[in-house]
Amino acid sequence: MPIDILMPALSPTMEKGNLAKWLVKEGDQISAGDVIAEIETDKATMEVEAVDEGTLGKILVPEGTADVAVNEVIAKLLAEGEDESALQGDGGGSKPAEGDVKTPKAEAEPKKAAQAEAASAEEGKSTAKAGEKAGSPQREGLHSGNGKSAGGGAPREATAKAGPVAKDGSGQRVFASPLARRIAKEKGVDLSGVEGSGPHGRILKRDVEAAKPGAAKPVEAAAGQKAAAAPAAGPMPAAPSMSDDQIKAMFPKGSFEEKPHDGMRRTIARRLTAVTQEVPVFYLTVDCRLDALLKLRKDLNDSAPVGEGDKPAYKLSVNDFMIKAMALALMAKPMANASWTGGARLMHKGADVGVAVAVPDGLFTPIIRDAQTKTLSVISNEMRDLAKRARDKKLKPEEYQGGVTAISNLGMYGIKHFTAIINPPHASILAIGASEQRPVVKDGAVAVETTMTATLACDHRVMDGALGAELLGAFKDYVEKPMSMLV
Amino acid sequence: MADTSYDVIVIGAGPGGYVTAIRAAQLGLKTAVVENKHLGGICLNWGCIPTKALLRSSEVYHYFKHAEKYGLKADNVSFDTSAIVKRSRGVSGQLSQGVGFLLKKNKVDVIWGKATLKKGGKVSVEAAENAPKGALGGGEYQAKHTIVATGARPRALPGLEPDGKDIWTYFEAMVPEKMPKSMLVMGSGAIGIEFASFYQTMGVDVTVVEILPQILPVEDEEIASVARKQLEKQGLKIMTGAKVAKLDRKGGSVTATIEDDEGKAQTLEVEKVISAVGVVGNIEGLGLEDLGVKTERGIISVDGYGRTNVEGVYAIGDVAGPPMLAHKAEHEGVVCVETIAGQHTHPLDKLKIPGCTYCHPQVASVGLTEKKAKEAGREIKVGRFPFIGNGKAIALGEPDGLVKTIFDAKTGELLGAHMVGAEVTELIQGFVVAMNCETTEEELMHAVFPHPTLSEMMHESVLNAYGRAIHI
Repeated sequence: MPIDILMPALSPTMEKGNLAKWLVKEGDQISAGDVIAEIETDKATMEVEAVDEGTLGKILVPEGTADVAVNEVIAKLLAEGEDESALQGDGGGSKPAEGDVKTPKAEAEPKKAAQAEAASAEEGKSTAKAGEKAGSPQREGLHSGNGKSAGGGAPREATAKAGPVAKDGSGQRVFASPLARRIAKEKGVDLSGVEGSGPHGRILKRDVEAAKPGAAKPVEAAAGQKAAAAPAAGPMPAAPSMSDDQIKAMFPKGSFEEKPHDGMRRTIARRLTAVTQEVPVFYLTVDCRLDALLKLRKDLNDSAPVGEGDKPAYKLSVNDFMIKAMALALMAKPMANASWTGGARLMHKGADVGVAVAVPDGLFTPIIRDAQTKTLSVISNEMRDLAKRARDKKLKPEEYQGGVTAISNLGMYGIKHFTAIINPPHASILAIGASEQRPVVKDGAVAVETTMTATLACDHRVMDGALGAELLGAFKDYVEKPMSMLV
Repeated sequence: MADTSYDVIVIGAGPGGYVTAIRAAQLGLKTAVVENKHLGGICLNWGCIPTKALLRSSEVYHYFKHAEKYGLKADNVSFDTSAIVKRSRGVSGQLSQGVGFLLKKNKVDVIWGKATLKKGGKVSVEAAENAPKGALGGGEYQAKHTIVATGARPRALPGLEPDGKDIWTYFEAMVPEKMPKSMLVMGSGAIGIEFASFYQTMGVDVTVVEILPQILPVEDEEIASVARKQLEKQGLKIMTGAKVAKLDRKGGSVTATIEDDEGKAQTLEVEKVISAVGVVGNIEGLGLEDLGVKTERGIISVDGYGRTNVEGVYAIGDVAGPPMLAHKAEHEGVVCVETIAGQHTHPLDKLKIPGCTYCHPQVASVGLTEKKAKEAGREIKVGRFPFIGNGKAIALGEPDGLVKTIFDAKTGELLGAHMVGAEVTELIQGFVVAMNCETTEEELMHAVFPHPTLSEMMHESVLNAYGRAIHI
């Protein structure tokens, strides 16, 4: 029996991912541990290693396919002694017509495949393989054991219309009652944007009726986007009350290019929109005197021992101090070191501090775990590694998921003051501005001090104003008396 | 002294109360139920269940009497009223014991007595007689959540009050010593019609008087009219748009003055009268006034989760308002305790509660009647399928009846289903499930119904609503 290669879950919460690239081709010999494909989740690209050995018999999900469900069969591996004929009648719904299977070339002539498809459809058999060979990039054929996609060159579209199972634009099955589906269709509501209140999140009539027209998205527009979009296209809510087409109509044709959303853009849009709508946030701003910290930083960096490659063993940034200060502040105010859930606040034992890292056309927030226990040099080196891998999109999900707070530093752009959006499960985020020399009044006289403005956004569900102020105060104390971070 | 404080105390062990208590216990809540008469309440002891036992006897009797219709011979068919009643009481007794067993199995304490709610979650119980083995006695108990599930009792019309001798409520009608010669049934709701059907089948000359223009007033007009025709064919006399103005008792008979809607009066002499003019909630003597629990027209005011205006006090079932049906009470109780336990719940959708009447022919329905659907401004499609077009119905010798379905013309939502005929009370759940799954006509059309069954008529009725029925 050929071995199924399944879409792996790269993190416990992953439900689907994009099959970015196949690194092996059909017929290749594979050993356990070989890297065979690259999978892209909403934020990271990960390599998939083979678990078994054998010959890659058949790739079922072509590269560039978006939103492949975890545990879907993506390829078939032939064990020793098996040849391609073993793929016949094997699961996955691929039973091609006779005469086709003996030459399992990657590219069969479309005409021949179409004939084969017609023939097998006549016999009431699945057309999955034939459909794929006809050059169709869609993977709907995998599901077409019911033969419903017969007779068309685009099985996905055919099945989506004829079949009882609706899917959203990204191919994810939407669970909705038949009545909800029908009302949604009439109202022009895109079900993928509707939250279900029924059993197991099933979308019911009441959910569709409650769906705000503004949040809803006409089906036609979604379909248009789907057709036009690259692999990673899934519908995103457009501007309130406006369809994609309405927005496009406001700009002269040819005056813009469409850049389809990638997974990261969609994640940023979805999560931060949800936070803005759902989380009550208040902001606290404080000025921190930085001269002592800058001096300490210089002293420490000047005295760094030589490490690998004749480079200093560490080179602390101001931001490294901010991470450490925030971690220690959370330890000092443990009530603020919490995450919100519907039933409880999770009071964390360690301070996991996220750091916003800008990457080309996107953003990551890798986490420094238990930052309160780590020395500045450990934090600094860890941060450097995380930031580099973030830019290469090589972070593992567990490296950017979780955390209780985050630091966003736009000081290097000369930003004096800004507010940042909390990224749950974080309960706060600290927005750090530029450090600059400012005149300050000290002992009744004007003096010049290096000052930095920090603004803490707090989830009011988790902490109230006074606690937020205490947290920010503790942070300021550590920053202004930086020696206290060293002990 | 045992620990007398509970998470949940349910007042009343009727179908709403005991189910609520068991569900509460399942959810890990320390639970007690207070009862002073019967585990299982009216439903199990004086309502739903024992009447079904009586009606089964009358049904079998009816078949015996019509044996020749099936090619059988049965001569000298007769009955023993006391044996019929004994069987009915036996069924109730068995099930009531079963409730006791279920409560025990789920570690729900039974407190025997009459409960009064006091401030601060206190429940004071005054001991009552005939406590079952293992029940706790009177005393002061404490509950975080008190759920009132005290049910309802027969309504008495002024001047026409039941006396328990000649003018019966369902209590007396359930245990006749002998069959009366003639009977007047006041009210043609489910209770009135079921007793009328039972006694009529047993040979009693029965007249039903209904103040509204149709019998079974909550049912679809067309269905009620089919039922009426069948009942009248069997010999039942029915007067609608009429009311009993006066009942004069004299030496073993009652003379009823019946007025029609134009005020014309006539008299009717009968041996017994059954008053079946509805039920009223048992809200008295519970201490609700002292606690400030809001009531309205004999009903405790609650939200969709059984919560009253007083924190920690809840009400479910008949006492919390119509429809006064056991299955509605059970479901409300479950929603109530699941909400207490912090589960994600939804209020009961009262439009999806089925109703069944076990006369011959049976009547069953769920959702909006045709009239109500039109009144609600819905554009509708109506499907009908008669029993005469169904093979199984013919084979059963039950060719009379109708299955009617009502769809929203725009969305295909199943708004209502109404049936009259043999065994329809066992069929209606199919449409209940369909409504709860929010099917449209399409899924119902796609569903394969087994042949030969009465259920095929449900399919055909749906098809008919869209002009596609095969067998008519």
